[in-house]
Amino acid sequence: MDALDLARWQFGITTIYHFLFVPLTIGLSVVVASLQTAWHRTGRTEYLRATRFFGKLFLINFAMGVVTGIVQEFQFGMNWSAYSTFVGDVFGAPLALEALLAFFLESTFIGLWIFGWDRLPKRVHLATIWAAAIGSNLSAYFILAANAWMRHPVGFEVNPETGRAQLTDIGAVLTNPQAWSTYTHVLGASFVVAGLFVVAVSAYRLWKHHDQDSGMFRRTLRAGLLTTVVAGVVVVASGDHQAKLMAQDEPMKLAAAEALWRTEAPTGFSLFAVGDVEGSRNVVNVQVPYVLSFLATGEITGEVEGIVDLQERFEQQFGPGDYVPNVPVLYWAFRLMMGLGGAAIGVGVLGLWLTRRGRLPRAGWMYGVAMLALPAALAANIAGWILTEIGRQPWTVVGQLLTAASVSPGVSLGEVAFSLTVFTLLYGALAVVEARLLWRYVQAGPGHVTPTVEPGARVPAFTY
Amino acid sequence: MDLATVWFLAIALLWTGYLVLEGFDFGVGMLLPSVGRDEPGRRTMINAIGPVWDGNEVWLITAIGAMFAAFPAWYAAVLSGFYLPVLLVVVALVFRGVAFEYRGKIDSPAWRRRWDAAIVGGSLVPAFGWGLVFANMLRGVEIGADGVVRSSLPDLLSPYALLGGLATTALFVLHGALFLGLKTDGPVRQRARAAARRAAFVAVPVVGGFLAWTVHDRGTGVVAAVAAVVLLLAAVGCAARRREGWAFAATATAVVAVSVVVFTGLHPELLPSLVDPAYALTVADASSAPYTLGILSAVAAVFLPLVIGYQAWSYWVFRKRVHVEAA
Repeated sequence: MDALDLARWQFGITTIYHFLFVPLTIGLSVVVASLQTAWHRTGRTEYLRATRFFGKLFLINFAMGVVTGIVQEFQFGMNWSAYSTFVGDVFGAPLALEALLAFFLESTFIGLWIFGWDRLPKRVHLATIWAAAIGSNLSAYFILAANAWMRHPVGFEVNPETGRAQLTDIGAVLTNPQAWSTYTHVLGASFVVAGLFVVAVSAYRLWKHHDQDSGMFRRTLRAGLLTTVVAGVVVVASGDHQAKLMAQDEPMKLAAAEALWRTEAPTGFSLFAVGDVEGSRNVVNVQVPYVLSFLATGEITGEVEGIVDLQERFEQQFGPGDYVPNVPVLYWAFRLMMGLGGAAIGVGVLGLWLTRRGRLPRAGWMYGVAMLALPAALAANIAGWILTEIGRQPWTVVGQLLTAASVSPGVSLGEVAFSLTVFTLLYGALAVVEARLLWRYVQAGPGHVTPTVEPGARVPAFTY
Repeated sequence: MDLATVWFLAIALLWTGYLVLEGFDFGVGMLLPSVGRDEPGRRTMINAIGPVWDGNEVWLITAIGAMFAAFPAWYAAVLSGFYLPVLLVVVALVFRGVAFEYRGKIDSPAWRRRWDAAIVGGSLVPAFGWGLVFANMLRGVEIGADGVVRSSLPDLLSPYALLGGLATTALFVLHGALFLGLKTDGPVRQRARAAARRAAFVAVPVVGGFLAWTVHDRGTGVVAAVAAVVLLLAAVGCAARRREGWAFAATATAVVAVSVVVFTGLHPELLPSLVDPAYALTVADASSAPYTLGILSAVAAVFLPLVIGYQAWSYWVFRKRVHVEAA
């Protein structure tokens, strides 16, 4: 173990943890804004109750997304100072834009929304939650453009005097095909998570509490299912596009994710493989013929490069070194992402069918399945990030900067070990607190958050 | 003036905005036990900053983001070089942000007491930490030809740096007490007034001492340093005459003046070297290329006024004094 390993663990832990909350914030902000819009338009108290109920859950989650995001922004400089110095000119720009264009919007207007219920005209108050939702959704674009640049660096040159990357075309960075493709994929996945969150909560309430709100929860259940299915289509379509970009820009990631050792044409999609990593071969490999060729190239007989051949090519291109990322981790992360993500979307489709024309499932286990779709979707999200980030190894910036060269040279093993311990303990404790709070408020239900409201009466603010 | 200097000023502006705005909410957080003696008192205090503290904190996020974009080497050297103080500040900010959101979510005194502790610690540590970090930036660090900072923790705890930490802490306590005097009513307002008087006894000499030391070492910022002390005294005078708006405006301006002393002291060396003055990190060698700075300038020129506009509007919306009745 050296500081590099621990810094990588820390990045992995803090990033995955951050990304448990962020998709929910992104999707739920729009859900809550839509519910409030429905209230605004119809004047039906049921929508106000739903807005307040999901709004409370949204805020509990929102806080965690914000504070874990602060850690991310500082972490680049603390643990990855060599990386930061190398890429700041390019990578820092979208980060600064994110703060200026998105975070200010999100944070200022969320404050106005929380405390503005009885102080702002209804229409203006509705606008504040939309402004916060736009901020949330916009911020993701900038950070994903920055991340996409690490995987497919464009619009820059390395200054020979300073040895640092230098931005030459901000348009290229912001319209990087990897950026908008990833954004579409991540946004779709976020709305799947948010949709399934609404589904899980509504299903639980319908199943356990046959209260006066069952009409409302049936409605939110359907809305959540519909969100999941529509967003699911986006996830699948953009995922297909991502695979093609991966074949083009990061062939090693694709080869490793498929445990494809030798270049093949045509090649099948692996369903289950047991590999011998040392011997660069698979002991068992169950494949569906032609599918990988089609996914990667759009043609059923297209050629897909294999790990061993890519390793040779990279050695010629970049000099001696190990350019193979962790194959088993990538292989299973890829399968978990697609399998669990697909299953979660499947629950959405099935749910819409089961709840058609005023129906609700009787069997309790169906509600259980609806609730399990949420952790499945979160796990799929995490697997997606593991695939993205581990698959980029050994590079932090593909073809430009190795991870080993990115770490802070002046930071000691002890310092990183200390901060890793602090964050792990802190995050563990906060996870328990957040889960406990969400659970409590779901149990309490909407009656708890909304006093009976007469039409036109003032609604008290959420308070701290 | 070249773009690198423009961006040095922009970052100074972002930090100043942060210190003025979050300075008072840090102060309110630190005063929570002494001024908010009972639950209605603490609720009043927290609700006074509730709508705005998150927006205030984004000034920090933007300042750090702008350092990353405009002066990558500075961003990298400061955050890796001041590893442990920065870590503590970040952890404190995590606790604090969660605490504001979660303390009222369960109606139990023990639950609230725990989160109140997180608010106090979460406000105290960054208030002290940023003073410590900026004092160390002014003093210089063990930075060699390779641009790597090798200062250990004891190096960062010099008397000058500790005085810097104390100065920002005391300044923010005073700033926060005056904010409470302006924004609250009832017993909290009374206690905030008394707290402001006590805080001033510490803040004026400590801030004055730190500024005098800084001016002496760096040879710049005399006018701003004198102005800061005069403004602090004026704030105390206004508070005594119950001109609370003026008193708060005076400490806000005093924070600006302190910031002017700090940033004029830094320029053009962002991070002086204690090893050899030649190894100092300067504005010229830490900055991004003109192309990046140009884009940042264009975006900031359009959006920073907009941000200031809607943040000002949010302060206007919540302009009324906050008062929570005892249950």
